[in-house]
Amino acid sequence: MTAMLAQLLNGLDKGGAYALIALGLTLVFGTLGVVNFAHGALFMLGCFCAVTFRYLITIETVTVDPTKLTPWGSPVEVRTPLVQNWFGDFGAVMVDYSVPISLILAVPTMLAIGIAMERGLIKHFYKRTHAEQILVTFGLAIVLQEVVKAFFGANPYPQPIPTDLRSAADIGILLGLEPRTLTYPWWRIIYLAFSLFVIGGVFAFLQFTTFGMVVRAGMADRETVGLMGIDIDRRFTIVFGLAAVVAGVAGVMYTPLLPPNYHLGMDFLVLSFVVVVVGGMGSLPGAVVAGFLLGILQSIASMTEIKSLIPGIDQVIIYLVAVIILLVLPRGLMGRRGVMES
Amino acid sequence: MAQSEPNIILHAADVQKQFGGLRALSDVDLQVEEGKTHAIIGPNGAGKSTLLNVIIGRLPPTSGAVIFDGTVLTGKQPHEINQLGISRVFQTPEIFPDLTVLQNVMAPAFARRDGAFKINMLRSVDSETEIRDEALSLLEDIGMTGRLEDNAASLSRGDKRRLELAMCLIQRPRLLLLDEPTAGMSRHDTNTTIDLLKKIKSRGMTKVIIEHDMHVVFSLADKISVLAQGRIIASGLPQEIKEDPRVQEAYLGGSVE
Amino acid sequence: MFSLSRKDLTSLVVLAAIVLTMPIWLAPFGAAYPGLMQKFAIYAIFAVGFNILFGLTGYLSFGHAAFVGIGSYTAVWSFKLLTMDILPAMIFAVIISGLFALVIGYFCLRRTGIYFSILTLAFAQMCYSLAYSVLTPLTNGETGLLLAGNDPRYIDKMFGVTYGSGLPTPTFLGTTLGGYGGFYLTAIVLIVIFFISQKIFASPFGMALRGIKSNQTRMMYTGFNTKPYTLAAFVVSGMIAGLAGALLSVTDPLAGTERMRWTESGNVVLMTILGGVGTLFGPIVGAWLIKYFENIFSAINSNMLNNFFSFLPDGIQSLMVTVTSKFVGEGWHLTLGLMFVLIVVFLPGGLVEGAKRVAARFDRKKPRTGPAPAPQPAE
Repeated sequence: MTAMLAQLLNGLDKGGAYALIALGLTLVFGTLGVVNFAHGALFMLGCFCAVTFRYLITIETVTVDPTKLTPWGSPVEVRTPLVQNWFGDFGAVMVDYSVPISLILAVPTMLAIGIAMERGLIKHFYKRTHAEQILVTFGLAIVLQEVVKAFFGANPYPQPIPTDLRSAADIGILLGLEPRTLTYPWWRIIYLAFSLFVIGGVFAFLQFTTFGMVVRAGMADRETVGLMGIDIDRRFTIVFGLAAVVAGVAGVMYTPLLPPNYHLGMDFLVLSFVVVVVGGMGSLPGAVVAGFLLGILQSIASMTEIKSLIPGIDQVIIYLVAVIILLVLPRGLMGRRGVMES
Repeated sequence: MAQSEPNIILHAADVQKQFGGLRALSDVDLQVEEGKTHAIIGPNGAGKSTLLNVIIGRLPPTSGAVIFDGTVLTGKQPHEINQLGISRVFQTPEIFPDLTVLQNVMAPAFARRDGAFKINMLRSVDSETEIRDEALSLLEDIGMTGRLEDNAASLSRGDKRRLELAMCLIQRPRLLLLDEPTAGMSRHDTNTTIDLLKKIKSRGMTKVIIEHDMHVVFSLADKISVLAQGRIIASGLPQEIKEDPRVQEAYLGGSVE
Repeated sequence: MFSLSRKDLTSLVVLAAIVLTMPIWLAPFGAAYPGLMQKFAIYAIFAVGFNILFGLTGYLSFGHAAFVGIGSYTAVWSFKLLTMDILPAMIFAVIISGLFALVIGYFCLRRTGIYFSILTLAFAQMCYSLAYSVLTPLTNGETGLLLAGNDPRYIDKMFGVTYGSGLPTPTFLGTTLGGYGGFYLTAIVLIVIFFISQKIFASPFGMALRGIKSNQTRMMYTGFNTKPYTLAAFVVSGMIAGLAGALLSVTDPLAGTERMRWTESGNVVLMTILGGVGTLFGPIVGAWLIKYFENIFSAINSNMLNNFFSFLPDGIQSLMVTVTSKFVGEGWHLTLGLMFVLIVVFLPGGLVEGAKRVAARFDRKKPRTGPAPAPQPAE
């Protein structure tokens, strides 16, 4: 039972990542009507924002300390990150907390990338068929991942969890269990909280702002909103930028859990599409629910007890669930009629 | 009711259709005699299209049944209903925009000849001369021989409607359902279509027509049923309908042209 | 039964001539070696088969690489268990991948649009993940399924066929298939598959498939049961994909999971689109171009680039080499991705469509610019 609970918790942070990616995909699909196969690449780019930021702040100066000698008799080289030279202890904290701090870099970067993508390419595909949208964004995804590969190579870049957060919370105590029977790493808790916060933020934005109202109206009936003389184009660009930011920050915070490499985007893309379809194309709550659901299911399926019962289930559970749900509920968990069926 | 043994080919028996709380059709009992043209008229929202959709199996009735020549249609797939000998012309023409005009007319002929499914890949479409000739003569009837190789998407709306009609006619259906076959047509096109429909009348094909245009209705119909608020309020010969005060009140606004 | 219209017959003869003379006309391009030409033929087969589904019915499958993988594994198992003769290997591959296509297609075709694409993708990913994990006894996982000297090969044993020491090589009715033999085998299979695709395109069956792509509602109300039609197209294209997979194993007797990766499914979509969806020649042209560029671009290394840019001043030379090296060799996928984007943006109908448009423009110009043109034969 405790093991089950532990897996359930483990599934939550993965589910959070799925939900965040699927949320952006759905937002773009629902408003712009574009099937974006490059969305996974945006998640990957977010991860590499964290990598880049850490690279930048850990650029070191090398000074020679003549007072100390190495065992070979030469003076010791002292490497200090530049930021530490500039900001002292604060700089050291910055290096330690590079992942969350890199959000500051990631948000504007992802926004710029998203806007550039939409203006440069996606907007020409609003009226084209879904197959063409899939193809052009698939091509774009390949380009983005190969560009990253050209700069960063093929190896994964592990990112550290800040030292203070490396321990695990003993949440078993809260449930009246013996100490150390059910622990949950702090960073995963943070990731879960962070994803809930972002999801809440997106929903609040859509619910309580005029802009969000127009977007929601556009998701319900795109043509009418267009006919009302609302400047749809500019809003589409912003929606796309927003989706890029959501995917990006989801990637940034996920780096300590999974060292990013260039093909991470493709790996997540397939999964997040399955999530979107299970949730129901065009349904934001569906995307979130399906994200967490599949994250948890995947995590539970990888328990040894279950794996020994049904070998290989951990590999296929997501796809299996997707197939079953789609065959039983034609439009996914919360999909609307008539979306993407032509 | 007391006619001398008419052969009822289509019978919608006590059909009810409810959408949520909304009752679209109540106690509709419609009998169509073989070989006759039966028009269904009624104001907007009277349930005409719903009735047609129930007949064709697109919508299941809440209660009641539709019987075609002894077969209950309820629960059957669209292609099964077609294979029984019922073809339908839609309100907005449903054609194959990416196929040529000739192919548009030939395809339904294959469904008639080969049934709902047959992997016929040894012969080529071009070598099916019998079906080709039949399609050509039909296209001549509707005056479209000049555009055989054009994509159907390039046709005008009126031409698309006539093409769709030809697609139904080549199946030689026993019952042809027409949903406003002349809506949006010019006067000239409307008259051509009426002539065409009159011509097939002589072939003994049963037709059910939903129509707004009284000119069309009174030039074609042998029998008329008036639908208002989901009920059939009158049924009879065109002359009777014209003179029926209930009809005049409910639909024709007090007078008939 | 084997009759073709005059136009189709001409196309078939032209294709046969082009394919069979590959060793001659590919020589100036530096691509006339059997290993590469086999790939040309095999991927053309794959794309032609894929086009029967995507081009005719409009159903975009994102999981066809699974059938290639299944065909490959089946062929290698046939080599291991039965005989090194390629005929049983190919026949079994077609049957087994056809069975998989029947089951997968039955489920996937209950949905349309993107839901169909995602379902095929999900099934293919399941095949891929299983081949990687639980099914390792069948697939040998990451290493890939290889031949071994001590494989049972029951049929060969029955007839007393032995292969001496070392690994056996595939045979065709007793003759060893090496180099050009392998190429001509794949070339002839390609011509046969092209012929089948022509027959389907011209037949009432093909017209029904096109009708489904054009207007599924009308098809149903016209009395066609559309599901078995699309399923038949799915199975046929799955079987051809399986055959392509078998040929990959015939020409190089091993099978690995990488053939089932979903990006492979994406590649065949690209080939078809690049050449022209729903055209007879398009998929072949697309497959050849992509495999050719893959071969050329991935083979270029920085030495070659240095030589190529050696006429430039040093600084610019090294800059050019650094920049271009990102697009070649390992970075060839970047070029592929760019091609993907550019084609979809600028040539939505594919190359065959583009060529037709250019030809049409010339046809219209001719009467104005030149003297009276020779009468054009009617299409």
